[in-house]
Amino acid sequence: MLQQIEGSRAIAETVARCRPEVVCAYPISPQTHIIEAIGAMVKDGRLTPCEFINVESEFAAMSVSIGASAAGARAYTATASQGLLFMIEAVYNAAGLGLPIVMTLANRAIGAPINIWNDHSDAMAVRDAGWIQLFAETNQEAADLHVQAFRLAEELSVPVMVCMDGFILTHAVEGVDLMDQELVDRFLPPYEPRQVLDPDDPVSIGAMVGPEAFEEVRYLAHLRQLDALELIPTVAAEFAALTGRASGGLVHPYRLEDAETVVIAMGSVLGTIKDAVDARRDAGERVGVLGITSFRPFPIAAVAEALREARRVVVIEKSFSLGMGGVLATDVAMSAPWLGQRLVTVVAGLGGRPITRRGIEDVIERARRDDLAPLTFLDLDEGVIARERARMSASRRSGPFAENVLRDLGTATEARR
Amino acid sequence: MTEPTATRVHFYQVGSFAVGNRLLSADDRTVQSNPARTNSIDSGHRACQGCGEALGARYALDAAMRATNDRLVAVNATGCLEVFSTPYPETSWRIPWLHSLFGNAPAVATGVAAAMRVKGRDDVRVVGQAGDGGTVDIGFGTLSGMFERNDDVLFICYDNEGYMNTGVQRSAATPPAARTATTDVVGPEPGNVFGQGKDLPRIAMAHDIPYVATATVADLHDLERKVEHAMEMRGARYLHVLVPCPLGWGSASSDTVRLARLATESGLFPVFEAEHGVVTGARRIRRRVAVEEYLRPQRRFAHLFSGAGRPDVVARLQAMADANIERYGLAPDEGE
Repeated sequence: MLQQIEGSRAIAETVARCRPEVVCAYPISPQTHIIEAIGAMVKDGRLTPCEFINVESEFAAMSVSIGASAAGARAYTATASQGLLFMIEAVYNAAGLGLPIVMTLANRAIGAPINIWNDHSDAMAVRDAGWIQLFAETNQEAADLHVQAFRLAEELSVPVMVCMDGFILTHAVEGVDLMDQELVDRFLPPYEPRQVLDPDDPVSIGAMVGPEAFEEVRYLAHLRQLDALELIPTVAAEFAALTGRASGGLVHPYRLEDAETVVIAMGSVLGTIKDAVDARRDAGERVGVLGITSFRPFPIAAVAEALREARRVVVIEKSFSLGMGGVLATDVAMSAPWLGQRLVTVVAGLGGRPITRRGIEDVIERARRDDLAPLTFLDLDEGVIARERARMSASRRSGPFAENVLRDLGTATEARR
Repeated sequence: MTEPTATRVHFYQVGSFAVGNRLLSADDRTVQSNPARTNSIDSGHRACQGCGEALGARYALDAAMRATNDRLVAVNATGCLEVFSTPYPETSWRIPWLHSLFGNAPAVATGVAAAMRVKGRDDVRVVGQAGDGGTVDIGFGTLSGMFERNDDVLFICYDNEGYMNTGVQRSAATPPAARTATTDVVGPEPGNVFGQGKDLPRIAMAHDIPYVATATVADLHDLERKVEHAMEMRGARYLHVLVPCPLGWGSASSDTVRLARLATESGLFPVFEAEHGVVTGARRIRRRVAVEEYLRPQRRFAHLFSGAGRPDVVARLQAMADANIERYGLAPDEGE
């Protein structure tokens, strides 16, 4: 039923209809509304049977999920940013043990400096953990991806992380068509574990593996990711047949036909990019968009196919690897090696900085003029950077640079000394 | 303490007040004495000779199995017990067993218990287990969380007073003056510092959980009884078992049980139990010994006795033992 609803609330309602049996909660913005709402549903009896556990840390949230999943329960939790980093050891462990836990990641920047707003640094930090990572473009897609996530996770015995932009999606109220219980039940059968802790059939799970077999074990985990490349589109197609919605899949191509310039991105910024591309198309330019829905596994073949005719590619990403550059762009470059210097990275939207349609149109225009550096930072205030570097070279104790930058910008009101 | 001699030992008197099972009534015999016991940890594992942890875990888990009619799942922290029992593809575990990480065993156990509850399988009970590092240090946060929520888990710490699996480093359970690889016997104050340490049984009691107990591998019947008592209860329960480590302590493999006994008979390791934060019983010392008698057979304390020795340090350790005896009322009964 279509309704105006906050993104977090839509996720909570959808997850509840997936009948999770153990849900762990630990607060961190901007995911908190999700677990608050699920907690209320468990407490008032709407979601039953379900154990809702208020844990003492994100590390415990993922660890309780590991225990619950290994014992055969459908387990769910949500986190963001520092919380994801705090649980990272257990994040890797869940994947290594092949436990189909589903987790919402309300994407948020990582400190220091502490910043609660959106970017993709948190998701990138665990890209190698062995989780499937799906990025939602809208709240509708975010909700739909959760239903698909449980299917994928349980069929493959691989945990799935549904990434949705913090605040931009989690706190936005917009129309979402929530699946009713009967529809979800038709799509998502009860969890049938591949391996389970059971006194009637004792197994040892989590044994030590030495050099003689570790590579094979890891390779098998890689193969499960490759299996996911096959299954993700199948599940999305089945979902589309059931709901009529094109949510999920590996990539979302948009106006790619005859496109000379292709803009690639993940998450909610795709909406803005599509608006910009529509405007450029109206002006007669051959521009298209490739949204990446499945970041892990990375759809190398689908990306390569989509970029076969492209003359230039602009990867707009909300994170970067310090000392190197684009993370998503590196994967795109590997998928389409023939692009060479015709692929540029634009880092944008860090720590919640708005990415505007005007800004993207400007990027597209500069790309067309071959005027973008291979690694470009959108809206970077070069003056602030130059002045801070001057201060740092003038004095050994030039002060905290985050504070200096804020003073320089006039954001901090205290008079400069 | 007088050492037993061949001439003074009768067939059931081993100088420890232990009594052979054959003299006990059938219900009071140990789980281990029953040939039909489960063998939760089967033979063939790779523990060192004289390993106190292997001994303690075997008794504890078989007792838990008997108490739960074999409806048990064990969750293990990383550490010696995990490594020596499950080098892939071999396993010693004949019960369902899960190892996740070093610092999360209490939380994983919570998850297993939650799954069993939600599935309506309340008959399946959960034991979490770790060494002292996995309990008092890296697992402390998740353990305290499990206690505070009163999750239905019995957590057992096998305390060998250091990180033995990684090569004998100091933990917050390492006693003062003890040599470890990170508290070397160099400088003016060799060995571990005198500090608060972490007295986890008392910290557990501060959570007001239903049951907290200590035990040692010197009194395995007592250990079994405490495990069975714990499994009769629901909620968070904690059992802290002293398990001497020949490798880490520098002691003879044949001295594991004797050292555990001397730890209690000196007062350095108080054996007691508590319910809902209140001590309900303590095992009185039968034949009190000076701490020196416990310390001397261990090479980790050798620096206290070489050359002129460090009687001042020994005196401080004796004062700790005396304080335990006072706190828990462990002094031998005059009538003994």
